[in-house]
Amino acid sequence: MDPAIFLIQCLNAVQYGLLLFLVASGLTLIFGIMGIINLAHGAFYMVGAYMAFALQPLVAQYLGGGFVVTVLVCVLLATLLGYFLEWAFYSYLYHREHLQQVLMTYGLILVFEELRSIIVGNDVHGVPVPGWLASSIKLGDVMTYPVYRLFISAMCIVVGLLMFWVLTRTRLGMMIRAGASNREMINSLGIDINRLFRIVFAIGVALAALAGAIAAPVSSVYPGMGNAVIIICFVVVVIGGIGSIKGAFLAAMLVGFVDTFGQVFFPAAAGVMVYLLMAAILLFKPEGLFKH
Amino acid sequence: MKFIQSISAAVLLSTVSLASANPIKIGFMLPYSGTFGQNGQTVENGFMLYVKEQGGKLAGQELQFFKVDDESNPSKGPDNANRLIKRDQVDILIGTVHSGVAMALAKAANDTDTTLIIPTAGADALTGPLCSKNVFRTSFSNWQPGYAMGVVAAEEGYKNVVTITWNYAAGKESVNGFKESFEKAGGKIIKDLTLPFPTVEFQPLLTEIASIKPDAVYTFFAGGGAVKFTQDYAATGLKDSIPLLGAGFLTEGTLEAQGESAQGLLNTLHYADGLNTPRDNAFRASYKENFPDWSLDVYAVQGYDAAQMLDAGLKAVNGDVSKKDAMREAMRNAKIDSPRGEFTLSKAGNPVQDMYLRKVEGDENKVVKVAVEKLADPARGCKL
Repeated sequence: MDPAIFLIQCLNAVQYGLLLFLVASGLTLIFGIMGIINLAHGAFYMVGAYMAFALQPLVAQYLGGGFVVTVLVCVLLATLLGYFLEWAFYSYLYHREHLQQVLMTYGLILVFEELRSIIVGNDVHGVPVPGWLASSIKLGDVMTYPVYRLFISAMCIVVGLLMFWVLTRTRLGMMIRAGASNREMINSLGIDINRLFRIVFAIGVALAALAGAIAAPVSSVYPGMGNAVIIICFVVVVIGGIGSIKGAFLAAMLVGFVDTFGQVFFPAAAGVMVYLLMAAILLFKPEGLFKH
Repeated sequence: MKFIQSISAAVLLSTVSLASANPIKIGFMLPYSGTFGQNGQTVENGFMLYVKEQGGKLAGQELQFFKVDDESNPSKGPDNANRLIKRDQVDILIGTVHSGVAMALAKAANDTDTTLIIPTAGADALTGPLCSKNVFRTSFSNWQPGYAMGVVAAEEGYKNVVTITWNYAAGKESVNGFKESFEKAGGKIIKDLTLPFPTVEFQPLLTEIASIKPDAVYTFFAGGGAVKFTQDYAATGLKDSIPLLGAGFLTEGTLEAQGESAQGLLNTLHYADGLNTPRDNAFRASYKENFPDWSLDVYAVQGYDAAQMLDAGLKAVNGDVSKKDAMREAMRNAKIDSPRGEFTLSKAGNPVQDMYLRKVEGDENKVVKVAVEKLADPARGCKL
């Protein structure tokens, strides 16, 4: 493999890894801090992507905004959705067994898929790349790299850093971390833990929807798109250590590289490479790379 | 008293058997929900359109319809098939879109000697190793569009081609068809790229294609994967330097989503826009009038032809479905006057049909020419 192609493949791996990180970070927050196995996380990714598709004309008409405004509206609506879902459903799950959590969140997947089918239909739809990002950079002699993909990566890095800063440097982050380690104690200190968890959950949903919305122009929107994402995200969360943002980042990068180079060098086994990686890591670090 | 009871029972029985002998029971096992939900409904639309054009009857017989949503779920296939065969006791089965479900359906039909018309699923095996005297198909085998495109690729003068598809049956069958005709004409497949179904992260393999620099790329993708693949292919700049060739499902029913990225793509299928034959124009006008809100696509044609095929069989036996052998004989020998052009059936029950070369223009797959005339699937493994 010549060095230029190798570097492009590395870029592919990083770019895929960063997008995985953005989806998985919301999942690991909800899983690690609230202790809920949220299978519906992929559905939130889908909701984000479909909102980016369906709201674009409305936003252009009523708010006069383009892609960025649409994404902001998506994130805002997703946050409200998360807030509502936590209040209506998830808040009853904290003291339940994992089986019940899995059943309810799986049920939500079916509900969201059906709603999607009723509201938008079963067709595949493309989402246009915003004009100011539609160009490409020339790489090598036949290949070009779309600027939009670099934009996705940049967005993922910004969001990741923001999240890291909130969790480690702010009062809200401190409360979230304290709540995760000892629910009763933080409650007795006079902090409304229920409200806190509601916020965390809403952030998690918003992150998934944001990932869906900014990925929509390159992935297009199609039925079942969330299900493809949820499995690989659980792999990322488990490898990284449940609840660890740092771990999720590292794991997403690992998965990105293994998947990309697995496809290139071992095409016959490409489907299992990532799971072999997971098995190998769990063998030596049963709780993932970073224990929460 | 006992005497009267038995008489009334006998009368009752005879009326029941008269009533049940009367309408012909047709069972639709199609996806009405899920990814292929739209396709299932379009197949049914096509079927119903032909029945309506015949005045609501086939061969003078009343029809009674039963429907099961197969959800494109292979694990529920046998149960769903038996619901129609055992519970509703249908005479004729129509189904389905998903190849895995179609396999289960074909098996159930063979076990109970029920006549089955497959209006979409393309798995080679259905008219290959699994072929049976009671199974017919009005669509295509995956091998057919691939084979036709191999001929076109060789004509275009391409020598070294890379293939890329999902690592699953339909993709492999399509690529095998392409390989067969392309290598026969002196071409060479320099690399077979595959990725696990239904992964849509194509970037690594596209980079691989850029490093190999073949004369052309042959691909089989469908649905959401097809949309993303053509978009990524265009976005990485490969579309301008390495021609992309595909089985027709790459651009079937997805053009609105693909937009600019699909313009000009060459692909092969057994139906096309712009055929402009009296038969096709009449069909299109009639379909648009009866189903104004539905897209007119190859699935509607396949459903329409399923009804035509059944009609041919029923006419031969004057609507008496109990004469199974004579009816099937007539179906197998029928000339179907399809909107796609006239076709006959091979011994194995697969259409022997013209394969069109099509080029994407706007939101249409415009016909360029007939790529291969009267192409018959080799039906490998069929013992009929």
